[in-house]
Amino acid sequence: MRDLDELISRAQADIGASPDLVSLDQVRVRLLGKKGELTIRLKQLGSLPKAERPAAGEAINQAKQALKDSLRQRRSELEGQQLQAELDVAAVDVSLAGRGQMPGGLHPVRVTLERIEAIFGAAGFAVHQGPEIEDDFHNFTALNIPADHPARAMHDTFYFPSGKLLRTHTSPVQIRAMMEQGAPLRLIAPGRVYRCDSDMTHTPMFHQVEGLVVDRDVSFANLKAVLHEFVERFFERRAELRFRPSYFPFTEPSAEVDVLSESGDWLEILGCGMVHPNVLQTVGIDPEAFTGYAFGMGVERLAMLRYGVGDLRLFFENDLQFLRQFG
Amino acid sequence: MKISETWLREWADPNVSTPELAEQLTMAGLEVDSIESCGTGLDGVVVGRVLTVAPHPDADSLSLCAVDVGARKPLRIVCGATNVREGGRYPAALVGTTLPDGTEIKRRKIRGAVSEGMLCSARELNLGDDADGILELDPDCAEGATLLDVLGLDDQVIDLDLTPNRADCFCVTGVAREVAAINALDFTDPETAAIEPVLKDTFPIRLVAKEACPRFAGRVIRKLNLRANTPTWMQERLRRSGMRPIHPVVDVTNYVMLELGQPMHAYDLDRLSEGIVARYAEPGEALELLGGQDIELTEDALVIADASGPVGLAGIMGGESTAVSEQTRDIFLESAFFAPSAIAGRARHYGLHSDASLRFERGVDPEQQVRAIERATALLLAVAGGAPGPVQDTISKQHVPARPEVPLRPERLARVLGVEVPAEQVEEILTRLKMDVSSSNTGWRVRPPANRFDINIEEDLIEEVVRLFGYDRVPETPGRATMQLAPATESRLPIARIRTALVDRGYQEAMTYSFVEPGLNERMTGLADPLELMNPISADQSIMRASLWPGLIQALTTNLNRQHSRVRLFESGIRFIRQDSDIIEEEVIAGLAAGGREPENWEGLGNSADLYDIKADIEALFALTGAANEFSFTAVEHPALRPGRSARLDRSGQEIGWLGELHPGIIADLELQQPPVLFEIRVAPAFAAVPPAYVEISRYPAVRRDIAIVVDQAVPVAKIESAVREVAGPVLRELTIFDVYTGKGIDTGRKSVALGLILQETSRTLTDAEVDGVIDTVTECLADKFKAKIRE
Repeated sequence: MRDLDELISRAQADIGASPDLVSLDQVRVRLLGKKGELTIRLKQLGSLPKAERPAAGEAINQAKQALKDSLRQRRSELEGQQLQAELDVAAVDVSLAGRGQMPGGLHPVRVTLERIEAIFGAAGFAVHQGPEIEDDFHNFTALNIPADHPARAMHDTFYFPSGKLLRTHTSPVQIRAMMEQGAPLRLIAPGRVYRCDSDMTHTPMFHQVEGLVVDRDVSFANLKAVLHEFVERFFERRAELRFRPSYFPFTEPSAEVDVLSESGDWLEILGCGMVHPNVLQTVGIDPEAFTGYAFGMGVERLAMLRYGVGDLRLFFENDLQFLRQFG
Repeated sequence: MKISETWLREWADPNVSTPELAEQLTMAGLEVDSIESCGTGLDGVVVGRVLTVAPHPDADSLSLCAVDVGARKPLRIVCGATNVREGGRYPAALVGTTLPDGTEIKRRKIRGAVSEGMLCSARELNLGDDADGILELDPDCAEGATLLDVLGLDDQVIDLDLTPNRADCFCVTGVAREVAAINALDFTDPETAAIEPVLKDTFPIRLVAKEACPRFAGRVIRKLNLRANTPTWMQERLRRSGMRPIHPVVDVTNYVMLELGQPMHAYDLDRLSEGIVARYAEPGEALELLGGQDIELTEDALVIADASGPVGLAGIMGGESTAVSEQTRDIFLESAFFAPSAIAGRARHYGLHSDASLRFERGVDPEQQVRAIERATALLLAVAGGAPGPVQDTISKQHVPARPEVPLRPERLARVLGVEVPAEQVEEILTRLKMDVSSSNTGWRVRPPANRFDINIEEDLIEEVVRLFGYDRVPETPGRATMQLAPATESRLPIARIRTALVDRGYQEAMTYSFVEPGLNERMTGLADPLELMNPISADQSIMRASLWPGLIQALTTNLNRQHSRVRLFESGIRFIRQDSDIIEEEVIAGLAAGGREPENWEGLGNSADLYDIKADIEALFALTGAANEFSFTAVEHPALRPGRSARLDRSGQEIGWLGELHPGIIADLELQQPPVLFEIRVAPAFAAVPPAYVEISRYPAVRRDIAIVVDQAVPVAKIESAVREVAGPVLRELTIFDVYTGKGIDTGRKSVALGLILQETSRTLTDAEVDGVIDTVTECLADKFKAKIRE
């Protein structure tokens, strides 16, 4: 039995000293393979005297079990080491940027339009669209701006040879909506408008959102409330507003609305008023039965105030360095 | 309109500061644009009387002056002006003064002669444009008095941005009336004394177009001295109101217009023949205007004519032939009322713009013509002497517009405003505005003053009431409205969803002008009949875009020039297409991509995006409709796109857009360093969506079979796909093309296409025999239709 002990201790040493899974397997084969040292011992049990056999058999089996445990343990150790080595080799620099497409963005005017639409949409204002090439009736006459009215001079209008024109405001959309749907009505009309004017503070094309509410009892007090709420929602802050008398042919009373900036200046942000009875009459709504209010705002102007853009013309240059800052 | 504060306060002087006054005006609807101080930098400028003028010994153009500035000793001042003369009074800037233009006045030698100050021109004092000579002051100015006192320069110019309805505020008295009303001051228009005529001379006046000119006051004034100088104070007021002093007659008529709002005109009496007629122009008549411009008169032009024909465009501009000059001695003054409808638009029609037309087309008080002519006479006599004849007030009473009585109901007032204004306050406000208020059984009857052309209906009065009541005192009351639910359709893909999809695929939204350059528009669309603007801002923005491509190409150029090498842009908007005699405004979404397929990363630049990259973006949009199979791409040429790399997009047989690489010719002409791939899609036909309809899912195993075929290169893979789908039937769940190959091993002109077919039944497992059967049918069909050879 001494040589068995010797065999085991030698085998344990070999297992422990196996540097990798291949040599470990060679050790396993040498001990436990078909012709392995321990296998042979087991086979040789028959040559022992009968009385010795049980004890010798048990000793060999125990030794076999012990070697199997050691082999398993060493295998698991070596596998762990190998995995670790593989992982070490395959490690990447996670600080490197990801591959692939990055999102672009919406234009700041679009972002602003969508926010305005969302704010009013939630209150049941339907979004209406109308043609950009308009006729004189919808752009002027129906809005209480007859031919030769001095207010036409305030609208530097682009004309086509046919007599049609590029709408100077989105107000014609309210005329169309009122003629088609009658009262009551609650809508906003976002879109492009055109004025024949181009300098530091004017572009010949810009965006407007016009709002209109016509109902049985709509008042100037309602108009003040809705615009104040709008401004606070839009700028996401408490805002002080100033309504100041003004003149638009299609509203009366009319007002310009100023908001107090964080630096303490009054900034003009929109125009509004009660729908002029002549306008209601023109579209076939009885001004005695219904009253209404309307408001109009310049989208670029609101975007400039919201995002601190100083130059209106940037909106239409489409420089990626500019565009990427929004939406 | 510019207005001098001291002039205004001469008429209405509330106890408020300048900023408070400006605030009051703004909050009453007369928006103050700016306030400018008049005498800045003139503290050290005094009246100097020139005692002697002697030539400079060393400079012909300079003189040596001894100037009395009220000090013990006269100053020695070197002067370069040619109009300096002994006894004259001029502004003298003393040593130590810094003039408005920054010039520091020092004691210094000029060409060897000591100068102890400077005599100044109007321009040097920022008192006007005149730099021709030094400013001549009135002879009664005391030597040494400060210029600020003499010219009343302790003043502010208030610039008002008047709205077109407030014609009555186009003069100092008008604004003063408003200031008085705001501050509840008593205000009555100051009396203008009638000037007794010293001559009996009159000049005949006849009103023919009585509705257009119902009132014409005239007066003959003889023996004027038009070499006289307009007094400095009047020049100053004109200047502060933005007008240039010219000569006494023009200055006086302008002054009266600024003061009372009545435009006036003076004719050289000797150059008028027989009599004045106010009438419409006759066919073929022409007129030479002041300043020499000739115009052909249209028959809707109201003119003032004498026996020789038109001598003035009524209410707009006088004629050259009868203009007053320095030689004029006798004049005929006109102070008329022209109806706004007879003037409106006419000035613009002739490309003219005058202070008179501005006022007449908005409305001038029809009751002040005599007052104005008396005021002008008084001022003229004071400035230039002369002998006046009687005032000839010619009037057609029934044609003079009368202000209507306008009803005002308290309930209506409360309903429109959403606030109750107490009745006595309503009456008080209207009375302050010089309206006649009387009670009626429904409320009030209100008659506005003659100059308030803007008060015609109840709403006009409501606005007046709330204007002075205060917009800020109207409460904010949230409105009530009928509840209404929002639509949420699935039958149309919202445009916002499409934009978002493009953004998520790396596109940046652009917004470009709707008007573009004609040449680029034609190249990008092939359409030669653009929709032209009559009055474009510039030639390169003169037609309406027939595609969003021209604008996007320009945006691409801008970005490439600014060193952005990878550009992905889209725009969503309207294009304008001529269709017969109509213009179709069509909503489209268009985009372009140039440069790398993906942003440059640490593996390098990568490939440039090509048609297939952009096609994937478009297919992603189409997939959102839930009907991707309805879309097809067909090789068709387009004038803007590279032949062989362009596709027409169709949905169920209808053209919905284009995709392709930019044409090499255009790339070369525009010198683009990065050629773009472009697309444009018509929104309406392309993005109708199909609401999902459930199809049963299968729990039985699917079988994949791959086949590779060789066909002619010209055979579109899409045709192979649709043939396979058709012949395989519903058992074919998916079909992928996993390889397309030309080159070694494949005959020239042929290509290898590898197809992956995934077959599945919903109710049972497919047998091998069934699968083989499908594959056999497919391969037979491909061989038959496309002469396909099966690759083993």
